Amino acid sequence: MFFREAYAAAEGNKAMAGLPIQGSDVAVAWDHLYVFLFWLSAFFFVLVVGGMIYLAITYRKKPGQKTKYIVDNHALEAFWTVIPTIIFLVIFAWGWKVYTQMVRPPVNAMQINVIAKQWLWNFQYEDGKLLTNEVYVPINQPVKFLMSSEDVIHSFFVPNFRVKSDVVPGMYTTVWFEAKVPGEHQIYCTEYCGASHSLMLAKVYALEPEKWEAWKRGKEVQVTGKVADAAASGDSKLTAVESLAERGKKIVETKGCLACHTADGTSNAIGPTWKGVFGHEVELADGTKVTADENYVRESILNPTAKVVKGFNPVMPPYQGLLTEEELTAVITYIKSLGSNLKSNTETRADTQVAQGE
Amino acid sequence: MSHPMNPEVGNHVHHHAHHFSSAEHEFETAKEGMWVFMVTEVLMVGALFVGYVIFRALYPEAFHEAHKLLNVKLGALNTVVLIVSSMTMVLGVGAAQRGNNKKALTMLGITIGLGFCFLIVKYFEYSHKFHEGMLTAGFFTFDGLSASTSHVPLFFSFYFMMTGIHAFHVIVGMCLITWMIIRIRRGEITPAFYTPVELVGFYWHFVDIVWIYLFPLLYLLG
Amino acid sequence: MANTNTPEVHGDNYLNYSKGLWSWLTTRDHKRIGLMYLATVLTFFLVGGIFALLIRIELFTPGKTIVDAVTYNKFFTYHGAIMVFLVIIPAIPGAIGNFVLPMMLGARDVAFPKLNLLSYYLYLAGAIFAVVSLFAGGADTGWTFYTPYSIKTSGTVILVVFGAFIAGFASILTGLNFIVSIHKLRAPGLTWSRLPLMLWALYATSVMQVLATPVLAITLLLLIFERVTHIGIFDPALGGDAVLFQHFFWFYSHPAVYIMILPAMGVIAEIIPVFSRKPMFGYRAIALSSFGIALVAFLVWGHHMFVTGQSELANFVFSLLTMFVAVPTGVKVFSWVATMYKGSIRFNAPMLYAMGFIELFTIGGLTGVFLATLSINVHLTDTYFVIAHFHYVMVGGTIMGLLGGMHYWFPKVIGKMYNEVSARIAFIFVIIGFNLTFFPQFIAGAEGMPRRYWSYLPEFTLWNQLSTIGSWFLAAGFFYTAYYLIRDARKGPKSGDNPWEALTLEWQTPSPPPHENFKEIPIVETWPYDYKPTAGLKS
Repeated sequence: MFFREAYAAAEGNKAMAGLPIQGSDVAVAWDHLYVFLFWLSAFFFVLVVGGMIYLAITYRKKPGQKTKYIVDNHALEAFWTVIPTIIFLVIFAWGWKVYTQMVRPPVNAMQINVIAKQWLWNFQYEDGKLLTNEVYVPINQPVKFLMSSEDVIHSFFVPNFRVKSDVVPGMYTTVWFEAKVPGEHQIYCTEYCGASHSLMLAKVYALEPEKWEAWKRGKEVQVTGKVADAAASGDSKLTAVESLAERGKKIVETKGCLACHTADGTSNAIGPTWKGVFGHEVELADGTKVTADENYVRESILNPTAKVVKGFNPVMPPYQGLLTEEELTAVITYIKSLGSNLKSNTETRADTQVAQGE
Repeated sequence: MSHPMNPEVGNHVHHHAHHFSSAEHEFETAKEGMWVFMVTEVLMVGALFVGYVIFRALYPEAFHEAHKLLNVKLGALNTVVLIVSSMTMVLGVGAAQRGNNKKALTMLGITIGLGFCFLIVKYFEYSHKFHEGMLTAGFFTFDGLSASTSHVPLFFSFYFMMTGIHAFHVIVGMCLITWMIIRIRRGEITPAFYTPVELVGFYWHFVDIVWIYLFPLLYLLG
Repeated sequence: MANTNTPEVHGDNYLNYSKGLWSWLTTRDHKRIGLMYLATVLTFFLVGGIFALLIRIELFTPGKTIVDAVTYNKFFTYHGAIMVFLVIIPAIPGAIGNFVLPMMLGARDVAFPKLNLLSYYLYLAGAIFAVVSLFAGGADTGWTFYTPYSIKTSGTVILVVFGAFIAGFASILTGLNFIVSIHKLRAPGLTWSRLPLMLWALYATSVMQVLATPVLAITLLLLIFERVTHIGIFDPALGGDAVLFQHFFWFYSHPAVYIMILPAMGVIAEIIPVFSRKPMFGYRAIALSSFGIALVAFLVWGHHMFVTGQSELANFVFSLLTMFVAVPTGVKVFSWVATMYKGSIRFNAPMLYAMGFIELFTIGGLTGVFLATLSINVHLTDTYFVIAHFHYVMVGGTIMGLLGGMHYWFPKVIGKMYNEVSARIAFIFVIIGFNLTFFPQFIAGAEGMPRRYWSYLPEFTLWNQLSTIGSWFLAAGFFYTAYYLIRDARKGPKSGDNPWEALTLEWQTPSPPPHENFKEIPIVETWPYDYKPTAGLKS
């Protein structure tokens, strides 16, 4: 089936048996560490268990045998305390290094929004396209998924790229990858979420440049041997829809936001203007500074008095329960479109925690 | 023989259990057991305090506004009631230790009475809140606050959880003290064996101390 | 110093000193209570095991095999909840610890015998709630009860959570009892440096039980209140935080896994010196490492949450600290193996189980290092790799320890000897069956198979089928063990008081022991692992 075709196409892309194909460079780095751990473990297993079996045979009970009265050996005990400690620290450091690669998206990553709900995945592009259970990405370009859940905790997992993150209601989480291998890559939900948890499957379709361009223009594309089924995935990729930012603009016009905020930089005394705010540092009423990223804007919409900007009063009514996830994402995209200055994507992740109150 | 009609004469002879070497050994062991039990209670209560602190740090505005809706006077009254009850408890244990069963019974009786006072005050506080719609988050309907404090219901969730579990422990304590009264009347508590009363005293003091942390946290600081 | 309180002797041992069901149900005798725990634990091991077999049958084919997804989700929920709360946590402390601890201390009972009986009934009550919840429809949340799903799902969540809540108090009170017993009831001459390693292990376990379980109690109570009174703390729709539940839950549940394994390590530490006829190598290090593990246990809960969206800093700290728990664990394993050097080893069933423990626990522990490593964890967490890891340590560790201990103390408890040939046959089925069941799951997980999946993609079929076949071997081994242990308890040959020629105090009294354990409280003069080279051996 599709997976086998992806395997067949990428036979050379496996570090060892028992691992998925290496769909990205990060997967390659991950596999290096895994293979190291595998052989290190095999060594210690042979040492300990092999040693135990050897000792069991050599010192099995024989008539007239005398045992030796050994209570301890400080040198040996120090050795097997210190050496493992050093080994573990090396493993930790290596693991940390690969980890930072895995969770820090490059600045130029293309963003796609993901909404998980029981039991499907919705993918929303910045230009408004909405797909269900399938997402198309270009190869050799970093892609970042900004994810949230409508109901319970899910988890987004693409084994070929070695990416995984829980998708949580009430907050945003992210994953990123740069696909190197064109074709289909399986997506699983990997946090138990109810009856159809094991059926909550989706696919990443990584497209070579010409196919990616064609797909963006709304043409059907063939994905390594399998014909993409336009009917199954809805027409939205074949017809133009209003962009997410345009939708967000319509929402702020109808939900009362413009009573206090402006989009063009003019100031009024009630609420801060949105122009050029996104990605900048903002000073709060209590003197602390935060970066105005997605989580900050989201929190300021749902729970406005949590982080009030200096110079303004805490008068904004909360929109908790008044906007759907899709509307919220649209508004945030709109605000972003009014001027963004995100320095680096590590701040997005860190400020996710600010909003969470870690 | 014990005299049910004459509780001052407590001449029931207590045999320490067969795995202890002496009554003293048994007493010391019982006290240590009670301390270990207190540690587990601290952790249970502590978890609730940690949860409260986390949410207060997340939503300081809402929690500050919400705590103003609590009745500080009644809370303070309850604090005084519990502190006095701890004092009467100490006097009761001391009397039992000296064999003065009549005084022990009186003091323990007053302690229970003060426990009732505490619960009655709680009843008034709770019924007022129910009437106003100040309930746990999912049932909260009070709208007398400005709309900017949308996490006020969470404060009340913590308020009811923490004071409710505390009140449950007060009721348990009152039952334990009642049982002590029964045992004293049966003559089972003597200067040679007053361990149960001592341990119930520990428990009651602990319940009091928890309130002394709860009251400022919920009512004063918010 | 002789005990002035000479007890009356009714019958000649604890089994027959008083007769009738009521005398058992109201007993204060720690040995009888231990047997009651054993019977109940093994009953629930059977129930949880049947759920496991059902799970493995369903997973024999990629799609539906015997049941639909909703039913399957209840299977893994009850398998996990029963095994964790009603079997692995209470088994060794409740069944073996209760029996052996007072005797190893040279005491007549635990510090609080009535509390001990209450603990048993709390455990039983919790178990009954769990069973009732199953018959009332069943919960489908997984044994971890993550919010918001556990708040929203219909199903008998409150009943099963309340069962775990009640059973938790058994754990707390047993821990309290053991701590105070070890402090207050040691026989004269039993200094800390002469304490058997089983008691060091139970002591560290008890400290964890006392400190961690109350947090679980509150967490479960909060979940119940969430469902009934909508407190909203864990419900994002009401302003709460879904991930906060996981912090509360794992703050207990991580120490819980050390509560599960440390007593088993204690059993292994008792067995190896006796069957190698050698002192335990590195006694002091092993004793200290138990407390080292207990301390670090409280600092690493976040390693269950690396992909929940928590900060890089949190992940850094939790991963680093988790590495540190591996060091004292390694010290133990190395010391046990070193004890065998220049020993004179007998391969009776207890020793086979101890060796089996070392093989299985080594794999389980090494794969724990994989999972502790941040980047590696991202791919492997929530897959079958994790399931294989924790079964290697919990079943390969704790159950091996339980079986080893059951065979080791079988003659002490019953006064008869089990059949060694039967035991070896069963052991072979267990060790082969276990590895066949769980090793393929490492591969399935690394290849990407998520956990708690009722249906899986076809490329995982081979590993699942191997695993299911393995489960039948494992089950056969367990069923055969139950059969011959019951057979030999009734009709086995008399074992004599100390067939293993062990030095710890519980063996210096008749088998089965009298109700009051010792006619006179012993005075301890030697280390319990003083196996001298010239110690004459009869067997």
